[in-house]
Amino acid sequence: MNAILEMRGITKTFPGVKALDNVNITVKTGEIHALVGENGAGKSTLMKVLSGVYPHGSYSGQIVYEGQERRFKGIADSEELGIIIIHQELALVPLLSIAENIFLGNEQAKFGVIDWSAVFARTKELLRMVGLNEAPDTLVTNIGVGKQQLVEIAKALSKRVKLLILDEPTASLNEKDSDALLNLLLQFKAQGISSILISHKLNEISKVADSITVLRDGSTVETLDCRAETISEDRIIRGMVGRTMADRYPKREAKIGETIFQVENWSAYHPLHANVQVVKNVDLHIRRGEIVGIAGLMGAGRTEFAMSLFGRSYGQNVSGRVRLHGREIDVGTVEKAVGNGIAYATEDRKTYGLVLEEDIRKNITLANLEGVAKNFVIDDIRELAVANDYRARMRIRSSNVFQEAVNLSGGNQQKVVLSKWLFSDPEILILDEPTRGIDVGAKYEIYTIINGLADAGKGVLMISSEMPELLGMCDRIYVMNEGAIVAELDAAEASQEKIMHAIVKSGRR
Amino acid sequence: MDTRTAEELHVPQQTSWLDFVKAHFRDYGMLLSLLVIMLFFQVVTDGTLLRPLNLTNLVLQNSYIVIMALGMLLVIVAGHIDLSVGSIVGFVGGLAAMMMVKWGVDPVTTTVACLAVGGLIGAAQGYWVAYFKVPSFIVTLAGMLVFKGLTLALLGGMSVGPFPVVFQRLSSGFLPDVFGGQGFNYTALFLGTASVVALIYFSVRSRANQVKHKVETAPLGLFVFKNALLAVLVIAFCYLMATYRGLPNVLVIMAVLIALYAFVTNRTTIGRRIYALGGNEKAAKLSGIKTERLTFLTFVNMGVLAGLAGLIFAARLNTATPKAGLGFELDVIAAVFIGGASATGGVGKVTGAVIGAFVMGVMNNGMSILGIGIDYQQVIKGLVLLAAVSLDVYNRKK
Repeated sequence: MNAILEMRGITKTFPGVKALDNVNITVKTGEIHALVGENGAGKSTLMKVLSGVYPHGSYSGQIVYEGQERRFKGIADSEELGIIIIHQELALVPLLSIAENIFLGNEQAKFGVIDWSAVFARTKELLRMVGLNEAPDTLVTNIGVGKQQLVEIAKALSKRVKLLILDEPTASLNEKDSDALLNLLLQFKAQGISSILISHKLNEISKVADSITVLRDGSTVETLDCRAETISEDRIIRGMVGRTMADRYPKREAKIGETIFQVENWSAYHPLHANVQVVKNVDLHIRRGEIVGIAGLMGAGRTEFAMSLFGRSYGQNVSGRVRLHGREIDVGTVEKAVGNGIAYATEDRKTYGLVLEEDIRKNITLANLEGVAKNFVIDDIRELAVANDYRARMRIRSSNVFQEAVNLSGGNQQKVVLSKWLFSDPEILILDEPTRGIDVGAKYEIYTIINGLADAGKGVLMISSEMPELLGMCDRIYVMNEGAIVAELDAAEASQEKIMHAIVKSGRR
Repeated sequence: MDTRTAEELHVPQQTSWLDFVKAHFRDYGMLLSLLVIMLFFQVVTDGTLLRPLNLTNLVLQNSYIVIMALGMLLVIVAGHIDLSVGSIVGFVGGLAAMMMVKWGVDPVTTTVACLAVGGLIGAAQGYWVAYFKVPSFIVTLAGMLVFKGLTLALLGGMSVGPFPVVFQRLSSGFLPDVFGGQGFNYTALFLGTASVVALIYFSVRSRANQVKHKVETAPLGLFVFKNALLAVLVIAFCYLMATYRGLPNVLVIMAVLIALYAFVTNRTTIGRRIYALGGNEKAAKLSGIKTERLTFLTFVNMGVLAGLAGLIFAARLNTATPKAGLGFELDVIAAVFIGGASATGGVGKVTGAVIGAFVMGVMNNGMSILGIGIDYQQVIKGLVLLAAVSLDVYNRKK
């Protein structure tokens, strides 16, 4: 089998940093080649070099594609040769239709006039290839993230793709959609299309990859061949972090006390469609020092439940009762919820969690400015002390607390968000996908922080789509499906199978 | 894994002058450009620019723009815009004229009522922006038309004046000389020196505090240089003013407001929250900030300041005309953007907006002295706005 792509000795420097240092990668024709590494290891930079975002001359090294050395000056050059990259953040125009998006920049037109019937016919064909059953004139905004991902792939197919690059394609997909996507990759492989898959989800990689290249700190660490032998997840992690991770979840002796937090009969309706009940009569409780998980598929209503609970930030006609230490509390606005000891760290750090252009210090104190102010006047020195304290305790990696949040890695951003909520001194922390898009090493640190919170006697409610994470961290797991709690499992009895079983069983009813 | 301790990581490093100035170029760049522009016009007008009489005029001509720029800065930082301020200036000026000249209301009551009306207008517009989520561009465009029309209707298309002397003093009055100097106003020099002492006291205290808590500080030399320069500039300015008629009342109002708004934006919780709101409204809201009310308040504040500007402008002309305030919104918005504010919200400084207003003011004044026609003045001002903001965008990308 010959190689479709060889990148040799790629070195790329930015002012002050060597992002890539003599990286080598060889992708054989018709294989699925996984590219793994911690955040900041240089995966995205490498793909930008390949696709021509960083044009020839701005890096050193050689790209050999289909047997010839290539010098791409821009994305158009690489796309022309069938190298298509699908970015983590989807590049679709929400208010255009599926068909319009697929042919954006590549319109099926004669003399600038679009031939709509050709467009629709071709779109239907492409959608069938990716297994998406939607009308071509559906607006992209009206379909879910999983389907949008498929539209992106259909778009790639429309350009006669030979090498498909997927950057974290399943980061925001549920397991069902992820599986469908991975199967699609296997189909493409059968048709001779090669692909490069960048992912943090190692179970997916072991499932589909033929070979794995591991990057660490901008250099190639190793290339593993999955056809010769099965590569375990632990083996990959060892390559990524440069050490064995004895346990992916830090150990903790749970000291669980009395019930401190109860939610009774909580309901919420869709913000636009008043008759659609998104959260259905949820009852749950959290005990002192307990980490409670909520498992479920995407769209199960977990985030909607948490946000409606946190100051009615989601939905309408929100009803139900919340008790803290047995006493009913008002959570009608975010301010009241925070004042009553509830904190909610969002699943979407960049949109809902951080003021990206402000520094670490200002982000940390944002939810509790009174804590560093006297009569509305902020005490700079006290604020700085607080920020430095959290920076040290949370091990936020930055040159100082005056660094803007936008320049931090995902893991460090999450630590800033957690710092913000810890500084508001809550009794109950709701953590929504606390490790999404975070690399393995930083995940461990976040887990340690969460354990520390529980040990300090707080109650933690953790929402996660990664079942192993919930199983590894939680003392008790609620399973949610279609807006309702469908099962409650103790850590001892819980397993992925039981959770899936509960979901499937409730779905059939 | 990073094993350095926290102390090791934020030790204040002794930076060189050059590095520090480079790192804070955005803070000093604007001030530097203002000084360069002033120097340029000082030379090409053969020293007319900084003559006491002209300096006084410069202050009087720009006071209302500066005052409105303070409010506009908050509006823009919050992620909005207010196009109606010029019309509010006209309307409030007209209202003041009708009250005092036609209805015989005393100046003090008139002033209070007019400021309240400004606030109400701001509230009326802020309501739609904050609670109904109508884009501020649309709401204030509507407001601009409505109040332009109402000014015409109120004044019946006529100019109304003159005003009682007490009211005129708002713009044309000077602080009296309590020391009884002959042809030299000692009050001006005294107030100038007093404010320099206060400024130096506060910056020394804050630096001492920073050093004590190991915060990165400007190099000592630069710190001394900066304060000395500021002291020399303020005292020289006050000396020049003293040789003419002293400090205009409106300068005092302006200085107090600038200090107040600088304090509010830098040091108070409400200021911090406005920046957070403009930087990321959703995150601010989920951090317990009442974003709607805050947006509403920035518009009320803008309305009050526009009302004040309306009074000052009317007092300066000693008459209210239906055309008063026409196009002021553009000067005010330009000042804020020249001063480094971001059109997407969350970024901008009071000092920047004030400097921006004076950049525009000095250019207006200097070009008028040179006899450049109003036609080319506008062309040049437009190009300067574009150049200043492009430079800022370019700097930020680096």
